[in-house]
Amino acid sequence: MTDADRHPLFMPLIAVGGLLFGFGLGYSHMARPEVVLDFLQFEDIGLLFVMFGGALVSGMAYFLAPKLLDRPALTNRTFERRLKSFDNHVLGGGAVFGVGWGLSGICPGAAYASLGVGNLTILWAIAGMFIGTYAQGLWRSRDDASDASAPGAD
Amino acid sequence: MVIDPLPLQVFAEYFPNGIGRYAIGGLFVGLGASIIYLGTGISAGASTFLESTLSYVSGQSRFQQYVSSRDWRVVFTASIIAGAAIYSFTLGDGFQYSTDVQVWRLFVGGILVGVGTRIGKGCTSGHGICGVGSASRTSLIGVATFLLVAIGVAQLVAAMGVTP
Repeated sequence: MTDADRHPLFMPLIAVGGLLFGFGLGYSHMARPEVVLDFLQFEDIGLLFVMFGGALVSGMAYFLAPKLLDRPALTNRTFERRLKSFDNHVLGGGAVFGVGWGLSGICPGAAYASLGVGNLTILWAIAGMFIGTYAQGLWRSRDDASDASAPGAD
Repeated sequence: MVIDPLPLQVFAEYFPNGIGRYAIGGLFVGLGASIIYLGTGISAGASTFLESTLSYVSGQSRFQQYVSSRDWRVVFTASIIAGAAIYSFTLGDGFQYSTDVQVWRLFVGGILVGVGTRIGKGCTSGHGICGVGSASRTSLIGVATFLLVAIGVAQLVAAMGVTP
Protein backbone atom coordinates (compact mmCIF):
# COMPACT_ATOMS: atom_id res chain seq x y z
CA MET A 1 0.00 0.00 0.00
CA THR A 2 1.34 3.40 -0.87
CA ASP A 3 0.53 6.55 1.03
CA ALA A 4 -0.78 8.23 -2.09
CA ASP A 5 -3.67 5.76 -2.31
CA ARG A 6 -4.98 6.57 1.13
CA HIS A 7 -8.48 7.86 1.54
CA PRO A 8 -8.93 11.11 3.53
CA LEU A 9 -10.82 9.11 6.16
CA PHE A 10 -7.93 6.67 6.63
CA MET A 11 -6.37 8.42 9.62
CA PRO A 12 -9.70 9.25 11.30
CA LEU A 13 -10.69 5.58 11.07
CA ILE A 14 -7.35 4.48 12.57
CA ALA A 15 -7.99 6.97 15.37
CA VAL A 16 -11.50 5.68 16.06
CA GLY A 17 -10.22 2.10 16.09
CA GLY A 18 -7.39 3.07 18.44
CA LEU A 19 -9.79 4.87 20.78
CA LEU A 20 -12.00 1.78 21.06
CA PHE A 21 -8.94 -0.44 21.44
CA GLY A 22 -7.51 1.74 24.22
CA PHE A 23 -10.89 2.16 25.93
CA GLY A 24 -11.22 -1.63 26.01
CA LEU A 25 -7.74 -2.09 27.45
CA GLY A 26 -8.52 0.48 30.14
CA TYR A 27 -11.96 -0.96 30.91
CA SER A 28 -10.63 -4.52 31.11
CA HIS A 29 -7.92 -3.38 33.57
CA MET A 30 -5.30 -4.87 31.27
CA ALA A 31 -3.55 -1.51 31.68
CA ARG A 32 -2.82 -2.54 35.29
CA PRO A 33 0.25 -4.79 35.52
CA GLU A 34 -0.99 -6.10 38.88
CA VAL A 35 -4.12 -7.51 37.24
CA VAL A 36 -2.06 -9.22 34.54
CA LEU A 37 0.28 -10.70 37.15
CA ASP A 38 -2.75 -11.96 39.12
CA PHE A 39 -3.90 -13.63 35.93
CA LEU A 40 -0.54 -15.31 35.34
CA GLN A 41 -0.59 -16.57 38.93
CA PHE A 42 -4.13 -17.99 38.47
CA GLU A 43 -5.54 -15.64 41.09
CA ASP A 44 -7.89 -13.95 38.62
CA ILE A 45 -8.12 -15.59 35.22
CA GLY A 46 -10.64 -13.10 33.84
CA LEU A 47 -8.09 -11.87 31.32
CA LEU A 48 -8.77 -14.99 29.26
CA PHE A 49 -12.01 -13.24 28.37
CA VAL A 50 -10.15 -10.16 27.17
CA MET A 51 -7.91 -11.98 24.74
CA PHE A 52 -10.34 -14.58 23.48
CA GLY A 53 -13.32 -12.20 23.57
CA GLY A 54 -11.31 -9.75 21.48
CA ALA A 55 -10.15 -12.53 19.16
CA LEU A 56 -13.75 -13.71 18.75
CA VAL A 57 -14.90 -10.25 17.61
CA SER A 58 -11.96 -9.73 15.28
CA GLY A 59 -12.42 -13.31 14.06
CA MET A 60 -15.92 -12.38 12.92
CA ALA A 61 -14.49 -9.41 11.02
CA TYR A 62 -11.84 -11.59 9.37
CA PHE A 63 -14.48 -14.15 8.44
CA LEU A 64 -17.21 -11.79 7.23
CA ALA A 65 -15.27 -8.99 5.53
CA PRO A 66 -14.20 -10.94 2.42
CA LYS A 67 -17.73 -12.36 2.10
CA LEU A 68 -19.61 -9.06 2.43
CA LEU A 69 -17.21 -6.56 0.90
CA ASP A 70 -15.08 -6.63 -2.22
CA ARG A 71 -12.25 -4.67 -0.68
CA PRO A 72 -11.56 -2.16 2.09
CA ALA A 73 -13.18 1.22 1.43
CA LEU A 74 -10.17 3.28 2.50
CA THR A 75 -7.18 1.47 0.99
CA ASN A 76 -6.34 -0.57 -2.08
CA ARG A 77 -5.51 -3.59 0.03
CA THR A 78 -7.36 -6.88 -0.15
CA PHE A 79 -8.90 -8.65 2.84
CA GLU A 80 -6.33 -11.14 4.01
CA ARG A 81 -6.12 -12.97 7.29
CA ARG A 82 -3.18 -12.22 9.54
CA LEU A 83 -1.00 -15.19 8.71
CA LYS A 84 2.68 -15.20 9.56
CA SER A 85 5.11 -17.88 8.52
CA PHE A 86 6.11 -20.24 11.29
CA ASP A 87 9.74 -20.70 12.20
CA ASN A 88 11.90 -20.96 15.29
CA HIS A 89 11.77 -17.17 15.72
CA VAL A 90 8.13 -17.54 16.76
CA LEU A 91 9.15 -19.92 19.55
CA GLY A 92 12.34 -18.12 20.60
CA GLY A 93 10.87 -14.62 20.41
CA GLY A 94 7.66 -15.80 22.02
CA ALA A 95 9.64 -17.26 24.92
CA VAL A 96 11.62 -14.02 25.44
CA PHE A 97 8.35 -12.07 25.25
CA GLY A 98 6.88 -14.48 27.81
CA VAL A 99 9.73 -13.90 30.26
CA GLY A 100 9.27 -10.14 29.94
CA TRP A 101 5.49 -10.35 30.22
CA GLY A 102 5.68 -12.65 33.23
CA LEU A 103 8.24 -10.43 34.95
CA SER A 104 6.49 -7.09 34.36
CA GLY A 105 2.83 -7.83 33.63
CA ILE A 106 3.15 -5.47 30.68
CA CYS A 107 2.73 -5.89 26.93
CA PRO A 108 2.93 -3.12 24.30
CA GLY A 109 -0.74 -2.18 23.83
CA ALA A 110 -1.47 -2.38 27.53
CA ALA A 111 1.56 -0.22 28.30
CA TYR A 112 0.32 2.58 26.04
CA ALA A 113 -3.12 2.28 27.64
CA SER A 114 -1.55 2.36 31.09
CA LEU A 115 -0.16 5.79 30.29
CA GLY A 116 -3.70 6.83 29.41
CA VAL A 117 -5.05 5.85 32.82
CA GLY A 118 -2.45 8.04 34.51
CA ASN A 119 0.31 5.54 35.22
CA LEU A 120 3.48 7.56 34.57
CA THR A 121 5.59 4.82 36.19
CA ILE A 122 4.86 2.74 33.09
CA LEU A 123 7.28 4.96 31.17
CA TRP A 124 10.01 2.70 32.56
CA ALA A 125 8.43 -0.25 30.75
CA ILE A 126 7.91 1.75 27.55
CA ALA A 127 11.53 2.95 27.65
CA GLY A 128 12.59 -0.68 28.13
CA MET A 129 10.51 -1.80 25.15
CA PHE A 130 12.13 0.80 22.90
CA ILE A 131 15.60 -0.20 24.11
CA GLY A 132 14.85 -3.89 23.53
CA THR A 133 13.37 -3.18 20.11
CA TYR A 134 16.36 -1.05 19.16
CA ALA A 135 18.82 -3.71 20.30
CA GLN A 136 17.17 -6.44 18.25
CA GLY A 137 16.92 -4.06 15.29
CA LEU A 138 20.65 -3.32 15.39
CA TRP A 139 21.44 -7.00 15.60
CA ARG A 140 19.03 -8.07 12.88
CA SER A 141 19.96 -5.23 10.54
CA ARG A 142 23.39 -6.84 10.42
CA ASP A 143 21.77 -10.18 9.62
CA ASP A 144 19.62 -8.61 6.92
CA ALA A 145 22.67 -7.10 5.27
CA SER A 146 23.95 -10.58 4.46
CA ASP A 147 20.62 -12.38 4.21
CA ALA A 148 17.71 -10.37 2.82
CA SER A 149 14.52 -11.63 4.44
CA ALA A 150 10.91 -10.64 3.94
CA PRO A 151 9.65 -7.92 6.24
CA GLY A 152 6.76 -8.60 8.56
CA ALA A 153 4.29 -6.00 9.76
CA ASP A 154 1.46 -6.50 12.18
CA MET B 1 -34.11 -28.94 40.98
CA VAL B 2 -30.93 -29.45 42.93
CA ILE B 3 -27.81 -27.58 41.95
CA ASP B 4 -24.57 -28.58 43.52
CA PRO B 5 -23.07 -25.23 44.53
CA LEU B 6 -19.54 -26.57 44.83
CA PRO B 7 -18.50 -26.38 41.16
CA LEU B 8 -19.84 -22.83 40.94
CA GLN B 9 -17.89 -21.77 43.99
CA VAL B 10 -14.72 -23.32 42.67
CA PHE B 11 -15.33 -21.51 39.39
CA ALA B 12 -15.99 -18.18 41.13
CA GLU B 13 -12.75 -18.44 43.04
CA TYR B 14 -10.89 -17.83 39.81
CA PHE B 15 -12.92 -14.72 39.02
CA PRO B 16 -12.75 -12.54 42.16
CA ASN B 17 -13.58 -9.46 40.08
CA GLY B 18 -16.23 -11.13 37.95
CA ILE B 19 -16.17 -11.72 34.22
CA GLY B 20 -18.06 -8.71 32.87
CA ARG B 21 -15.21 -6.22 33.07
CA TYR B 22 -12.93 -8.52 31.12
CA ALA B 23 -15.47 -9.68 28.56
CA ILE B 24 -16.76 -6.17 27.82
CA GLY B 25 -13.21 -4.77 27.67
CA GLY B 26 -12.24 -7.57 25.30
CA LEU B 27 -15.21 -6.81 23.06
CA PHE B 28 -14.07 -3.18 22.77
CA VAL B 29 -10.51 -4.25 21.96
CA GLY B 30 -11.83 -6.61 19.28
CA LEU B 31 -14.18 -3.93 17.96
CA GLY B 32 -11.30 -1.46 17.59
CA ALA B 33 -9.22 -3.98 15.65
CA SER B 34 -12.25 -4.98 13.56
CA ILE B 35 -13.17 -1.44 12.52
CA ILE B 36 -9.64 -0.79 11.32
CA TYR B 37 -9.60 -4.12 9.47
CA LEU B 38 -12.99 -3.59 7.83
CA GLY B 39 -12.08 -0.10 6.63
CA THR B 40 -8.48 -0.66 5.63
CA GLY B 41 -7.66 -4.37 5.49
CA ILE B 42 -4.89 -3.73 8.02
CA SER B 43 -4.29 -6.09 10.95
CA ALA B 44 -3.39 -3.52 13.58
CA GLY B 45 -0.98 -4.83 16.21
CA ALA B 46 0.41 -2.64 18.96
CA SER B 47 4.05 -3.69 18.98
CA THR B 48 5.19 -2.73 15.47
CA PHE B 49 4.83 0.90 16.62
CA LEU B 50 8.07 0.39 18.57
CA GLU B 51 10.08 -0.49 15.47
CA SER B 52 8.31 1.86 13.09
CA THR B 53 8.78 4.83 15.42
CA LEU B 54 12.50 4.09 15.72
CA SER B 55 12.71 4.67 11.94
CA TYR B 56 12.29 8.40 12.65
CA VAL B 57 15.60 8.46 14.50
CA SER B 58 17.57 5.47 13.24
CA GLY B 59 18.74 4.58 9.75
CA GLN B 60 19.07 0.85 10.51
CA SER B 61 17.60 -1.23 7.68
CA ARG B 62 15.42 -3.17 10.12
CA PHE B 63 13.46 -0.04 10.98
CA GLN B 64 13.39 1.55 7.54
CA GLN B 65 11.03 -1.13 6.22
CA TYR B 66 8.30 0.43 8.37
CA VAL B 67 8.63 3.99 7.06
CA SER B 68 5.44 3.71 4.99
CA SER B 69 3.33 2.69 7.99
CA ARG B 70 4.96 4.69 10.77
CA ASP B 71 2.64 7.69 10.63
CA TRP B 72 -0.61 5.77 11.10
CA ARG B 73 1.03 3.66 13.80
CA VAL B 74 1.78 6.84 15.76
CA VAL B 75 -1.88 7.86 15.36
CA PHE B 76 -3.01 4.37 16.43
CA THR B 77 -0.83 4.43 19.56
CA ALA B 78 -1.80 7.98 20.52
CA SER B 79 -5.44 6.94 20.13
CA ILE B 80 -4.91 3.92 22.39
CA ILE B 81 -3.57 6.28 25.07
CA ALA B 82 -6.49 8.67 24.48
CA GLY B 83 -9.04 5.85 24.54
CA ALA B 84 -7.72 4.60 27.86
CA ALA B 85 -7.81 8.19 29.17
CA ILE B 86 -11.47 8.49 28.11
CA TYR B 87 -12.19 5.33 30.09
CA SER B 88 -10.27 6.68 33.07
CA PHE B 89 -12.14 9.99 33.15
CA THR B 90 -15.60 8.48 32.55
CA LEU B 91 -15.88 5.04 34.15
CA GLY B 92 -12.45 4.82 35.78
CA ASP B 93 -10.76 6.59 38.65
CA GLY B 94 -9.93 9.82 36.83
CA PHE B 95 -6.27 9.44 35.88
CA GLN B 96 -5.36 8.45 39.46
CA TYR B 97 -4.06 4.93 38.85
CA SER B 98 -0.39 4.20 39.37
CA THR B 99 1.19 0.76 39.44
CA ASP B 100 2.92 -0.65 42.51
CA VAL B 101 4.92 -3.14 40.43
CA GLN B 102 8.57 -2.37 41.03
CA VAL B 103 10.40 -0.22 38.53
CA TRP B 104 13.13 -2.79 37.85
CA ARG B 105 10.50 -5.36 36.90
CA LEU B 106 8.86 -2.90 34.50
CA PHE B 107 12.15 -1.85 32.95
CA VAL B 108 13.81 -5.27 32.58
CA GLY B 109 10.49 -6.84 31.56
CA GLY B 110 10.00 -4.05 29.02
CA ILE B 111 13.39 -4.72 27.43
CA LEU B 112 12.60 -8.44 27.08
CA VAL B 113 9.12 -7.66 25.73
CA GLY B 114 10.70 -5.31 23.18
CA VAL B 115 13.17 -7.95 22.00
CA GLY B 116 10.72 -10.84 22.12
CA THR B 117 7.76 -9.29 20.37
CA ARG B 118 9.85 -8.23 17.40
CA ILE B 119 11.66 -11.55 17.00
CA GLY B 120 8.49 -13.55 17.70
CA LYS B 121 6.51 -11.65 15.00
CA GLY B 122 3.82 -10.25 17.26
CA CYS B 123 2.51 -9.49 20.71
CA THR B 124 -0.66 -10.00 22.69
CA SER B 125 -2.62 -7.89 20.19
CA GLY B 126 -0.94 -8.86 16.91
CA HIS B 127 -0.82 -12.59 17.66
CA GLY B 128 -3.47 -12.70 20.40
CA ILE B 129 -6.27 -10.62 18.88
CA CYS B 130 -5.64 -10.39 15.11
CA GLY B 131 -3.68 -13.63 14.67
CA VAL B 132 -5.96 -15.82 16.77
CA GLY B 133 -8.93 -14.08 15.12
CA SER B 134 -7.44 -15.17 11.80
CA ALA B 135 -7.15 -18.74 13.11
CA SER B 136 -3.45 -18.51 12.31
CA ARG B 137 -1.55 -21.60 13.41
CA THR B 138 1.60 -19.52 13.86
CA SER B 139 -0.21 -17.09 16.14
CA LEU B 140 -1.83 -19.85 18.17
CA ILE B 141 1.61 -21.38 18.74
CA GLY B 142 3.05 -17.94 19.51
CA VAL B 143 0.32 -17.19 22.07
CA ALA B 144 0.69 -20.63 23.70
CA THR B 145 4.46 -20.10 23.92
CA PHE B 146 4.43 -16.69 25.58
CA LEU B 147 1.45 -17.54 27.77
CA LEU B 148 3.07 -20.69 29.20
CA VAL B 149 6.47 -19.03 29.68
CA ALA B 150 4.88 -15.94 31.30
CA ILE B 151 2.86 -18.12 33.70
CA GLY B 152 6.03 -19.97 34.70
CA VAL B 153 8.03 -16.77 35.20
CA ALA B 154 5.29 -14.97 37.13
CA GLN B 155 4.84 -17.96 39.44
CA LEU B 156 8.59 -18.27 39.92
CA VAL B 157 9.03 -14.58 40.72
CA ALA B 158 6.12 -14.73 43.18
CA ALA B 159 7.55 -17.89 44.77
CA MET B 160 10.83 -16.03 45.30
CA GLY B 161 8.86 -13.57 47.38
CA VAL B 162 8.99 -10.60 44.99
CA THR B 163 5.87 -8.48 45.46
CA PRO B 164 4.41 -6.68 43.82
